[in-house]
Amino acid sequence: MSNVHIVGAGIHPFGRHDGKTGLDMGVHAVREALADADLAWTDMQFAFGGSSAAGNADAMLPQLGLTGIQFINVANGCATGGSSLLAGYWAIKSGEFDIGIVTGFDKHPRGAFNADPESSGLPKWYGEIGLMLTTQFFACKIQRYMGLHGITPLALARVAEKAYENGSKAPHAWRRQPVDIDTILNSQMLSDPLTKFMFCSPAEGGAALILASDKKMRELGLQGPRILGAAVRTRVNGSFEVFSPSLDVERGPSPTQIASKAAYEMAGIGPPEIDIAQIQDTESGAEIMHMSENGLCGDGEQEKLLAEGATRLGGRLPINTDGGCLACGEPIGASGLRQVYENVQQLRGRAHDRQVEGARIAYTQVYGAPGLSAVSILGA
Amino acid sequence: MATRLREDKAMGIQAIAPDLIEERVDGVWLIGGRRKSDGRIVFPLPSGVARAQYEPERLSREGTLWSFTVQRFRPKTPPYAGADDDKTFKPFALGYVELPGQVIVETRIEADDVSQLRIGMKMGLSTAAFPHRGGEPVVTYVFRPIEQAQ
Repeated sequence: MSNVHIVGAGIHPFGRHDGKTGLDMGVHAVREALADADLAWTDMQFAFGGSSAAGNADAMLPQLGLTGIQFINVANGCATGGSSLLAGYWAIKSGEFDIGIVTGFDKHPRGAFNADPESSGLPKWYGEIGLMLTTQFFACKIQRYMGLHGITPLALARVAEKAYENGSKAPHAWRRQPVDIDTILNSQMLSDPLTKFMFCSPAEGGAALILASDKKMRELGLQGPRILGAAVRTRVNGSFEVFSPSLDVERGPSPTQIASKAAYEMAGIGPPEIDIAQIQDTESGAEIMHMSENGLCGDGEQEKLLAEGATRLGGRLPINTDGGCLACGEPIGASGLRQVYENVQQLRGRAHDRQVEGARIAYTQVYGAPGLSAVSILGA
Repeated sequence: MATRLREDKAMGIQAIAPDLIEERVDGVWLIGGRRKSDGRIVFPLPSGVARAQYEPERLSREGTLWSFTVQRFRPKTPPYAGADDDKTFKPFALGYVELPGQVIVETRIEADDVSQLRIGMKMGLSTAAFPHRGGEPVVTYVFRPIEQAQ
């Protein structure tokens, strides 16, 4: 079995790009990743790729080259990118392949995602009476968490303020203007306690990563961070997930908690060894809860950590160093790979104004409907 | 609580879905499902092929507020089917109510003052007319803070 390294990374800036398709952005990201590693499409032995709303990823092939490559389309909700990464990781670790690419892109209509009850196995009335919104789930989850663990609206605003500050330093981010705490707190309330500036928006963009075995990497004279651990886990009884008309009275762990635990075990390290983390922040509350679900702090400690600036650039555990989903938006197929792209840039010392000095171990976590989480841990 | 549904029915208003709420002499009840294999309770009662694995279960009409939020903007149609539009939409509260020993159910919440909602407060089952854009008004279940439900 081989170690797996990320030897090339490319991204199409996130945001709104009229006149470009999702496929165009995926192709851009793939070409950038290839150029980053000074490789050609013909060097790729496999591809895993996904898009939620912008077509099949393998429709990029006519533009990239009809090389006969094994291209597998991946669809796993918000964790599509994380799932592609894991598939590519296994392909090389197993010894079956030496080098390949994982990619994702998307382009969504503006505003909240449209939800279809029947495709989620839910009764029609659930959507009809207005209960089928992802925003409501996020709001209910953080509302309870705040009640149980003493988190305040100010902490929610601090997460968003940090995100826009970091986004202003990331060329691939969408929101590149800092926003102050008062503006965030006083912006339109969308779903209590979350205001407009505390939510990310559906967006557009693409990302691609080239994976290689130890041996292939050396042969090609390349280098790049090693994947120390990666895991995808789905919900178990007692977890609280989006679009749930009922929950078990007996509560259980979240898919993020079990994916996180699996990835730490695989990497043979624990949360104290993490230098930077990119964690799912579809809204401010998600970042706060995911800090704890990923073992990065205890329940309720977030209030103090945020007040101290511990998770800002320059803090002791910088989180979402490129502004996360809040500043980058969420093109579903690309979002999880964007997190890994950011970690690759940080570990290679290429993050410029947002560079975290001395970062050696970098963590990502993406959560998606209907209840799954993907985690990766990279080592420089 | 039951009076309201009977009046609604007298006006020809039907429940938004079958097997969701049941009107009895002692009031209205929410119908869940008890899985035959392990007794796990779910809401709503599953339909289709999965239905055979469940026995209908009347759920407790009182519980405690588990979490909540307020829907401040009009949800997208579809799936939302309210007869309102962006201009006439009125924000509504919703959340989860824990029915002790049974299940935690998601519900619209009717409250005179949503700023008074607190996790742990007592909630009671009720019903409310839902103006459906399809034309026919229907009845859906709601929970209200217990003081208001009386």
